[in-house]
Formats: sequence, structure tokens, C-alpha cells
Amino acid sequence: MTTLFNIWRRMRENRAVMVSGGILIGIVIVAIVGPLISPHDYLQTNFDNLLQRPGTAGFHLFGTDDLGRDLFVRSMLGVQITIVVAVVASVVSLVIGVMYGAVAGYVGGRVDAIMMRFVDTLYALPFIFFVILLMVAFERNFLLIFVAIGAINWLDMARIVRGQTLSLREREFVDAARLTGVSTAAIIMRHIAPNLLGVVIVYVTLTIPQAILVESFLSFLGLGIQEPQTSLGALVDAGVNQMEGASWMLLIPAGLLATILLCFNFFGDAMRDVFDSRSER
Amino acid sequence: MLKYALLRLLGAIPTLLLVIVLAFLMVHAAPGGPFDDERVLSAEIEANIAAAYHLDEPLHRQFYRYFAGLLQGDLGPSYRYRDHTVSELIGTAFPISLKLGTMAMLLAVVFGVAAGSFAALRRNTLPDRSVMAFAMTGISIPVFVIAPVLVLLLAVKLQWLPAGWSGNEGAARFLLPVIALALPQVAYIARLTRASMIDVLASDFVRTARAQGLGTTAIVRYHALKPAMLPVLSYMGPAIAAILTGSVVVEEIFGIPGLGQFFVRAALNRDYTLVLGIVIFYATLVILLNLVVDILYGAIDPRIRQR
Amino acid sequence: MSLLSVAGLTIRYDDAIAVNGLSFAIEKGESVGLVGESGSGKSQTALAILGLLPAQADVSGDIRFEKTALLGASERALDSVRAQRLAIVFQDPAQALNPFVRIGQQLRRILLQHGLAEGAQAQARVIDMLRRVGLSDPERQYRAYPHQLSGGMRQRAMIASALITEPELLIADEPTTALDVTVQAQILELLEDIRKDTALLLITHDLGVVAGHCERMLVLKQGELVEQGATRDVFARPQHEHTARLLAAAPRLDRTDIPTTTTGAELLTIKGASVSYRETGHARLQAVRDVDLTIRAGETVALVGESGSGKSSLARAVLGLVPLQSGRVAFCGTALEGLAQDRATAVRRGMQLVFQDPVGSLNPQMRVANIVAEPLLVHEPDASADTRQQQVIAILEKTGLGEEFLERYPHELSGGEAQRVAIARALILKPKVLVCDEAVAALDGTVREQILALLHEVQIDSGLSIVFITHDLSVVRGISHRVLVMYMGALVELADNNALFEQPRHPYTRALLAAVPVPDPERAGGKATLAGEVPSALAPPSGCTFHPRCPHARDICKTEIPEQRTINSTTVACHRAEEI
Repeated sequence: MTTLFNIWRRMRENRAVMVSGGILIGIVIVAIVGPLISPHDYLQTNFDNLLQRPGTAGFHLFGTDDLGRDLFVRSMLGVQITIVVAVVASVVSLVIGVMYGAVAGYVGGRVDAIMMRFVDTLYALPFIFFVILLMVAFERNFLLIFVAIGAINWLDMARIVRGQTLSLREREFVDAARLTGVSTAAIIMRHIAPNLLGVVIVYVTLTIPQAILVESFLSFLGLGIQEPQTSLGALVDAGVNQMEGASWMLLIPAGLLATILLCFNFFGDAMRDVFDSRSER
Repeated sequence: MLKYALLRLLGAIPTLLLVIVLAFLMVHAAPGGPFDDERVLSAEIEANIAAAYHLDEPLHRQFYRYFAGLLQGDLGPSYRYRDHTVSELIGTAFPISLKLGTMAMLLAVVFGVAAGSFAALRRNTLPDRSVMAFAMTGISIPVFVIAPVLVLLLAVKLQWLPAGWSGNEGAARFLLPVIALALPQVAYIARLTRASMIDVLASDFVRTARAQGLGTTAIVRYHALKPAMLPVLSYMGPAIAAILTGSVVVEEIFGIPGLGQFFVRAALNRDYTLVLGIVIFYATLVILLNLVVDILYGAIDPRIRQR
Repeated sequence: MSLLSVAGLTIRYDDAIAVNGLSFAIEKGESVGLVGESGSGKSQTALAILGLLPAQADVSGDIRFEKTALLGASERALDSVRAQRLAIVFQDPAQALNPFVRIGQQLRRILLQHGLAEGAQAQARVIDMLRRVGLSDPERQYRAYPHQLSGGMRQRAMIASALITEPELLIADEPTTALDVTVQAQILELLEDIRKDTALLLITHDLGVVAGHCERMLVLKQGELVEQGATRDVFARPQHEHTARLLAAAPRLDRTDIPTTTTGAELLTIKGASVSYRETGHARLQAVRDVDLTIRAGETVALVGESGSGKSSLARAVLGLVPLQSGRVAFCGTALEGLAQDRATAVRRGMQLVFQDPVGSLNPQMRVANIVAEPLLVHEPDASADTRQQQVIAILEKTGLGEEFLERYPHELSGGEAQRVAIARALILKPKVLVCDEAVAALDGTVREQILALLHEVQIDSGLSIVFITHDLSVVRGISHRVLVMYMGALVELADNNALFEQPRHPYTRALLAAVPVPDPERAGGKATLAGEVPSALAPPSGCTFHPRCPHARDICKTEIPEQRTINSTTVACHRAEEI
């Protein structure tokens, strides 16, 4: 078990954490600052300048799309939305999953059995189809996307937190605390929660790319973020339609999406090493 | 063993019921009806349509009617393809998707397990690192990015392979869609196999086998392979779901007239009965395949079978 | 030429040296003990001989099996020596056998791989071997998976797998550490009987095991060989002070400095205590059945039994960590109800617990200062931080730890230090009863003696009562006033220290005493007088639960649960206690 105080030190020693984290921070900064300093905005169409190649002409770094809109600004907007959706959805799944898993694990016994049976049942469902069903039934509601993605991902989180809590509950230091009369709340706060933090952090970093994947999948199918707003999935979709004439419309958002996902996955993977007790020695 | 399988089968029934109820309620809780975006209809016609589709009945009656039909394999009429029932549409489109999915799954398991085992046995060497870098890329890039990029590269630019479905014949037209569909799964299974093989090779019983002088080949074959495959086997459930999901995108991109394409069209057209029918069909399929995986798991792990 | 010769063996990991310049030899057919405390490098040596060290180990020196150099040999060359000429039995058979492969197949594979037998002949040879290691119904065990066997049976299967090739040298690495003491005796006797001309290198931390089973012994200390010689000579005249220290720390049943009976006031009374757990399905596991026990102020009572005897469950129910199924517990005259958290503050203060795993019983995220201070937060919430700090420093000092430990985390402590912290945490509330649940089982001999001395000191100082739970009778001899022996959840015998060891009344107590290895080559110990193992608690035998293993069992034992009777102040539950 890693103590929290040396996590940052170990993160800094881990090259994968630093490199992938650095690239992600860089992308986010450009995505925020870029649209602010660009002379274009994401709505402005220009029918004299359709499908311009990427370059410095007219300051269209990534070129323009089939409506003459600046692709750089639209891509950066897409990055913003993609990341916001993913982070919010991950927080949703984090809150539900941790609470559900911690309760099941700490209470244990029959309650745990029933709660986990429910999770197992949901686990067997192809959730994405239900999300699509939901999207069809309730229009393409922005808020619903968060809820839907969060609702998919909390299952894993609940399972992991429950397993950890269950084993922590059996640990001798928890018995020692119960014996001296430490309250249940204090046991959870002082003895269970800090020891869960590691897996939760690792797992959240691995949930974010999954959430990105779901959001961009929905947007790609036209069931997620709607025009004139955009996300990387929607931009890839638009790119597919134009790929024979204007391959950059596909390759730029596709490349950005792939880079972001790759960095998050690398980051999460490396964070697992950071928290892995076996690599401590 | 038979008891174990039967218990599992019984356990799947409530899940199936839950799926049906959940999906049905979701559709019927939707604000607005399926015909809202058509021309403004007179109240009379609207009532007629509602009556024709039994939309005027109370919800539990509608569910009862739907469920009774479902038991006989009747998923009702499609709202959009008015001459066809949902069951007919699924019957036409699913075989293509099944072929696609099965090929992708086989490809994923064969290459994934091979690459993962190879990497595990050459841990921390250059080949291992290359396989793992490839796998990381593979799991990170979504199908809807891989598929069009493959088309752009291999079909549009290099013109090695046909890009579309229609107008092409034979196995060649399956190649790109299957690769696009399988690639993320190959990557995932490779990572899974490597991790679990490394774990197993570090276990005490492998150390015992080494002390018995069995040599690497015999150890992998007689001691390590079976336990190392367990995580891969339990991933088969999610993998099946992922391939179904992926097939939606792949069929859309390659213009394959499979169930996935029908599903997307139905979703975009708000063809409620068709979407509902396909969701229930997919869910049943996934639950049943999960069941098979569960039973296989019990067949491999003697400790589970006992319970 | 020696069978095995090791010269200048050195094993390094990054900056740590596990084994340093070790040299020794083993001759054909002899039995050699390799002893040392944890971290002395004894298991590393075994792995080095077999070429099984992990890749990051940096090994130098020379290891020869007759003429064949083993160190630096190719895997292929090693594979021709492994199993056929040189075999090993590992500590934990539950881990060392493949859970996915039938026992018979695992053994048959060895024969096939080395071309020693084929087809039906191989199967016959495996079954014969399984029979020779004492597995009843070997045809059935051939098809069994490891999890279907008990711990002792698995270790027998492991021994069968090592000896089936008739190797010239068998290395046994702590082969009985994971087993109960009566089973340990059986396994050691089996090894002795079955090995014939095979030389034995027996690795152990237990000097009693060496005294009973090895002709020669080697003593390791932190990777270095400090002494070697004939076992009798080393025990009689240890040359190195480390050996002398190990011998002094080895617990002996025949020690003379035993505690005499005390006559304090009755502090804790347990009447008819039963504990049961719900198992998967609807089965109930009866962990403790109808136990009476009284603990007086200032005395130490040992609860002794093998795994599954219910000794820990009894203590945990008394402390309120698990619910009591039936029975009554009174502490200082007040009846105790419910679980620990529902009990009165004075009661919770009055009884504290020290656990087996010293590091695991401390929260890895907390510093020593906060760990020790936590009970004060609950019981003296109004005290200032300064006062608390003073109390923590004082109690740490009492347990032999200085102020420099305040800011440390558990993973920065050694096993002994961690156990001192756990004791400090338990003592800071000045309890009247301290329960030690296998509190020294995970510690090395010398550290164990220090911790026991500390507990003794505290008892003299403060009149503390100690309930000492252990599987190890030899530890009990030196520390406890009275001993309660349990078997399958029930009281077997309750007696004063001297009475129990000098005049045991129950056949189980006698068998336990006979099975304890004696660290003295001149005195026989470690005898297996009991067959079989403890039955499953889910299906306990009828009547006296001990009857299937009891050499004195009669028909009445099979049908009637024996009543407790008192003979010369010893309480014993046996139908035939008076006659035998």
C-alpha cells in the first residue's frame, strides 16, 4: 500500500505519467486559448472559401470545412466539449460507483450479495444500445449524455471499490479501531477512504478515455452533440463524408481524438504502476 | 456441471425480463409520439393511427400485448418500413452482421492470444515492447476512426482493396470491415493475455514445474495456458458487446446492410418499434452468449465447478 | 566427491546482499538442516541450487552437483538434473501445486517429460507413489484437484511429486510451516521414512525440527554461514554467539522458569459461549461450542489449538468483534451485551487486542503517532494535543520505542517494531485484559522472546491479565499460568501450566505435546501419535468430535458428547479421562 505523501514523487519519476500528462495539459491549454486568439469563430461560414487546405492562408491552420468554417477553431471546440463531457461523466460514475461499492463492501452480508447481483445483471447488458434508445426517446439531450455515460461506467467503479472495501473491512487495523470504539463514520473516513484513494484515482483516469469513447461514438452516429455545437466524434463523422476530397477533415479530428485517448490510457496505465505496491521495493 | 449450467440458465431469465421491461418503458416514457414530426395530422387520423398501433391503450395492456407477441417471436410492425414487421427486418439483416462479427471475433482471439503470449514469453524485450505499443494504440483508437482511415489509406489512396460493400463480391469486401472491427479487440486481448500469462508464469506452481525440469514449452502447454486463458475468457462477454457496438459503426461506414445499419437508421428516424426490437434482440444475444462464457468458465476452472 | 558442493555463493539484489560467500557440501544420503531467521538467505540458497532465482538476482560463486556445474548452466542442462537427480518440496502446497490440473496428471507429466515411464505404466507408478506417501484411496486422489485435498494431503502429494523420480538430493524448504503441529509431525516422519538413500537438505526456522531430523546443520545469519557441524555438537556446544542466541530463544517444553498460579480476583467470566458463522448456502459453521472460562486479574491464560479449533473466534466474541450465538460474558461483574461498538466505554477501554500480522494491523496511511493516539481521541476527546502527545511518547517508551518512531509509517518498521507499536496502541488505554491473537507467530525466535519479555514486564508492572492465543504449545510453557486446549470449537482440557505439561489428561493434549518438536537432539520430540487431520467443521463427527483420531476411542465416544469433569483441578472433556 502506497502512502499518499510519496505519490507525487513517484509520479514525477514515472516518465509515461509525465509525458502523457504533459501532452494532455498542452492540448487542453491550446484548446482553451486557441479559439480566443483566433480571428475566426466556430459558427462563421464562408462560402468563398470552402474546403481550404490546412496552412497559414487566411490563418486557417487546419483548413476549412465544407461550409467554409475554420477547422482549427471547430476542432478546439470539439476537444473542449469532448473533455468536458468525459470528465463530468467520469465524476458522475465516480460518485455513484464509490458510494454504491463502499456501502455494499462495508455493510457486507446479504445486502452486499443483493447489491452485487444487481450490478452483475446490469453488467450483462449491452449498455450502449440502451443509451441509444434513451437518446432516441428523449431527443438528443446534452445533460442526458452525461447521465448515460456515467451510468455505464459506474459499474466497474462499484465493483472495484466494493472489492477493496470488503478486504479493508477485514483488515486488522479496522478491527483494532472498532474495538476501541471508533465510530463507523470515523472508521470510514480515517481507515477505509484513504486506503481506497489509490485505486479510485487510477480507475478514474482509466474511466475518462472510456467516457470519451462513448461520447464520440454517439456524436459520430449523429446521436450525441448536435450542430452547430461539435465534438471530435461529430467532426470525424463530417470528415468521413468528405474524405475523398478533403482528407484533412477526417485526419485532423481523428488524430486529435486518437492522441487524447492514447495519452489518457498511457497515463492511467502508468498511474497503476505508481500505485502498485509490488513495484514499491 | 450440468447443475451449474442449469443454475446459470435460470439466473439469466430475470435479467432478460429486466431488459425487456426497461427497454419497453424507456420507449414509452418518451415525450411525444413517433409521428409527431410528420405533417400536422387531423385529430381523427392521429386517433386512428394510435388505435392501429394500440397506443390508446393503458401502458400495462400495451406491455402485455407486446410481451405476448415477443414470446411468439413477433416484435410488432415497424413504424417506418410499414410493409415489414420488426422480426422480418431482423431476420434479413442479422445474418450479415453475424458473419462479420464471428469473423472479427475469431480474428481477435487468435491474434490477440498469440501476440499476448508471445510478448509475455519475451517480456521486456524489443518484440514485447513493440507488441504492447501496438496494443496500446489499438485499444485507444476507436473503430470509427480506424475504419475510415483504413478506407482512406488502403482503398482510396492505394486502391488495394474495395472501399464499399455494394458493387463488390467475394471475400475481399469483408476484409476491411473485419479488420476494423477486430483491431481494438486484438489489442485488448493481447494486453490481457500478456498480463495474465506473466502473472501465471510468476506463480508458485510454475516455479514447481520448473523445479521438475519441465522446460518452457511443457510448462506453458500443460500448466500455464489454461489458467492464463481465464481472464481472456471472462472478457469474451464484454468483447461480444464491443463487437456488436462496433458493427453499428462499421456497417454504417462501409454501407453494409446489416443489423447495425438498420439500428442507426431506425434511431435517427425514431422508428420506435424497430429500435426497441433490435435492442431486445441484441440484449438477449449478449445475455445468452455471456451465459455460454460463464459455463465454459466453469468447465475450465475446477474450483468454480464445485460450487 | 560430494553430492552437492556450494562454494562462495553470493546473491545480490540491486543494493542488498541476500547471500554472502556461502560454502558447504552435502554427501550422499545424509540429512542436513539449514537454519536461520527470516531474511537469512536460506530459501534464496535453495532457489539458487535449482537455478530458480528471479532474473534480477545477481549470482556468483560455484554450485556443483557431483561434477555438473549448476550455476550458469543452461536451462536445458538444468532440466536434465532437476527432478531426476535433484528435487524440491516447497512451503505452501496450496500454492505450489497447480489448481487447474489433477494431482495424478501433474505427477505423470514429470515421468513423461523425463522419459521415465509411459502410458499405463506411468499412471501405475504415480498411483503407487501416492500410496507410498500415505494417501488413502490413491486411485481417487489421482483424479483429484489440489483444492479437494486437505493441507496435509496436499503436502503428501507434493512430496510424492518430488520423490517419484527417485532423486539423489531432496531440498525441503520449510515443508511443514503452513501445517498444523500434529500434521507437521506426520509429514516429517514421512520424509524420514520414505527418502531412503536420497540426501535431504531441510530448510527451516525451527530448531526443534532440525534436532529431530538432521544429522548435520548449517546456521545462517543475514546471508552468511556462521556455524556448521554435527547437530548434536552444535546443540551441545554452539561456537558462534548467534547460534547460542537462537538456541536460547527456542522455546522448550522442559524449561523450569514457568509461571506459578496466581490468585487475583475474577475479572472476566465466560459461561457457555458459542459462536457460529453463516457459510455460503445455508450451512452454519459451529466455530465455538459451549465454552466456560474465567480469567483472574494479573494472570495469563493461553488458548491453544490447531487451525479451526475456535480459539480466535472465542476471543473475538468475548471482545465483541463477532456476535455471540449463546452464552454469557461478564467483565468486572457487568454482563456484556452486543458488539464492541454498543458496549459501555469502560468495557471497551478494559479489553484490548494485539494481532498476528504486525504490519497488517497498522493502517498504512497513518503515522505511528496517530496510530497510537487514536484510542485517546475516542476515550479522552477533551485532552489537549500536547497531553496526548506526552501519553503517546510515554507508552512508546514503555514498549521500547524512542521518539524517533513518532513520524514513521508502518512500512518503515520491522516486524518486531510494528508489533511494539500495536502493543503500545493497545496499552495506551490502560486495559485490564489484553488479548494476544497469535501475536508472536509471525516473528523470528529472538524477536519473539523480546516481545514475550515485554508482555511479561507490563503484566508485572500493571497487573494486566493476558489471554494468549496460539497454536504453539512450546511458547505457552514459559508464559502462561493456565492453559485451555480446544479442538473443533470445544474445550478439551483446562489446566494449570504445570499440570497440563506434566500430567496431560486428554488424549488430544497428549498428542499435541508429543508432536511438538524439541530443540534438543538428545530428547525425542515431534512424534506423530495421531493419524489424519482435523475434520471439516461443516460436518463435525458425532459424539466426541475427537473420536475418529483418538487411539482410546470406544463406542460411547462415537455417540455421546463427553461431559466436562474435574480431576485434581484439571477440567477435561473425555469419557475415559479417569482410566487412561
